[in-house]
Amino acid sequence: MALRPDLAIIAGAVPAATRVLDVGCGDGDLIAALRDKGVDARGLEIDAANVTAAIARGQSVVHGDANHDLADYPDDAFDYAILSQTLQTTERPDRVIAELLRIAPRAFVSFPNFAHWRVRLALLWNGRMPVTRLLPVAWYETPNIHHVTVADFRDLVRARGIGVEAAWYLSGDKPTSAAAATWRAEHAIFLISRG
Amino acid sequence: MASLLHQIRHQSVTIDRPLPLDSGQALPSVTIAYQSYGTLDADRSNAVLVCHALTGDQYVASDHPATGKPGWWARMVGPGKPVDTDRYFVLCANVLGSCMGTSGPATPDAATGAPLGMAFPVITIADMVRAQAMLLDHLGIARLHAVIGGSMGGMQTLGWAAAYPERLASAVVIASAARHSAQNIAFHEVGRQAIMADPDWQDGQYYGSDRAPTKGLSVARMAAHITYLSEAGLTEKFGRRLQARDAKSFGFDADFQVESYLRHQGLAFTDRFDANAYLYITRAMDYFDLAEPHDGRLAGAFAKARDVRFTLVSFDTDWLYPTSESRRVVQALQSVGAAASFVELSAPFGHDSFLLDVPALDRLVAGALRNGG
Repeated sequence: MALRPDLAIIAGAVPAATRVLDVGCGDGDLIAALRDKGVDARGLEIDAANVTAAIARGQSVVHGDANHDLADYPDDAFDYAILSQTLQTTERPDRVIAELLRIAPRAFVSFPNFAHWRVRLALLWNGRMPVTRLLPVAWYETPNIHHVTVADFRDLVRARGIGVEAAWYLSGDKPTSAAAATWRAEHAIFLISRG
Repeated sequence: MASLLHQIRHQSVTIDRPLPLDSGQALPSVTIAYQSYGTLDADRSNAVLVCHALTGDQYVASDHPATGKPGWWARMVGPGKPVDTDRYFVLCANVLGSCMGTSGPATPDAATGAPLGMAFPVITIADMVRAQAMLLDHLGIARLHAVIGGSMGGMQTLGWAAAYPERLASAVVIASAARHSAQNIAFHEVGRQAIMADPDWQDGQYYGSDRAPTKGLSVARMAAHITYLSEAGLTEKFGRRLQARDAKSFGFDADFQVESYLRHQGLAFTDRFDANAYLYITRAMDYFDLAEPHDGRLAGAFAKARDVRFTLVSFDTDWLYPTSESRRVVQALQSVGAAASFVELSAPFGHDSFLLDVPALDRLVAGALRNGG
């Protein structure tokens, strides 16, 4: 089964023989890919059906909420933390990022870019909150409560003194340049580290 | 009742070594009754120990010798089932202090030949685990593929991880806790007082007489049974419906279906359980607190269990061993870096969910065992 493009990039970038926590791991697709390359990958997931599916696959996944339950992990419990397509659903994204970089020195964070040109055009022409491929739910029922753009994220990490070791930008599942990312990226993936 | 129960012959071993107990006392020798299923590998690596709950027994997947009913986890244990006896050698031992063939209050005193009754020493969950370890030593099983248990069986499973972390690869703990709460203890005390208030209890020396404290034991079971269910489950099953009548009797007969159900549960229990064993085992559960020997830090109990893979399951309607108690264990495991899985399953049956048909539980147990080695 093909991994979602952002997960494939993360799976390719995590070194073998490391310890990883996948926050919001779903039913464990990324954990399975990481295990194939010898990574000790564990998960945290909010949906009980997803957790059950992941445990049935033999994975170590804890049923919990990224907003509160990251606090249970000790400092430096992992080499990498991963937060894919979850940041925009958290109550306080800045605090979640701080927790990720407490429990691991490095973290992969991926999110849909709300400044993609299609989103901008939809808002400009229709005057309505956009419903797109990566943000497919109407404003009143979306789990995405903190829409974020590539520029917003760059500002946040700069303000908090967080290092950016690498970044990938996807447009229609194809890479696009950092320079054009705020317009052209549908999806961004950052590898961040303690400053 | 008790005398009939004690006439059943169980498969057992007697180990002529002293069993030291947490109380400071020791049993000079211990008899352990057990059942096994499947075949032990040549390298003895496929053994799975199933730990039973308070009123359970070793007949996990066999018909019960007293009631003729199928084993308490026949749904879970068997060929091709989640605990697959085609792959695993599954062992279930009757716990220390119980009444199905293992040493307990009905065991005869070596000197007099009379049942020990209340002269049997008070035991703990750790003592039960120590007795199970002696059985494994006897069978030549150094390391277990997994230990698995629900409720009190989950306490034993946690006890295994704390006492013998090097002897198990995987621990599956269902609807359980690392300590007995004040509320848990309170309910147990109601049950014990019901038994001891029964004049037929005779200070525990009823075995030789023709009277047994069946009324007290039955009331204890009725009270406990309520705690195993959920309000929603009881309402759905019984509501306020009347039993075999059209109008209230304005008396104290079992007017309501739920009353008649509880009376039946209480009475049926006395056919398969011994009142003194109920006293001893509930006491063992009350004393259970894994964090206590570690200055109240639960993580201390798991400090040497980093290499054990844990799977914990709670049920959203279980108010006896609520999700918060499982989370407490998960937090402790995370703080020592152990590989822990945890999920709260949704099921309407309350604490009893671990014994009932919850398909998600089957998938979880199968997954936890398959990769536990």
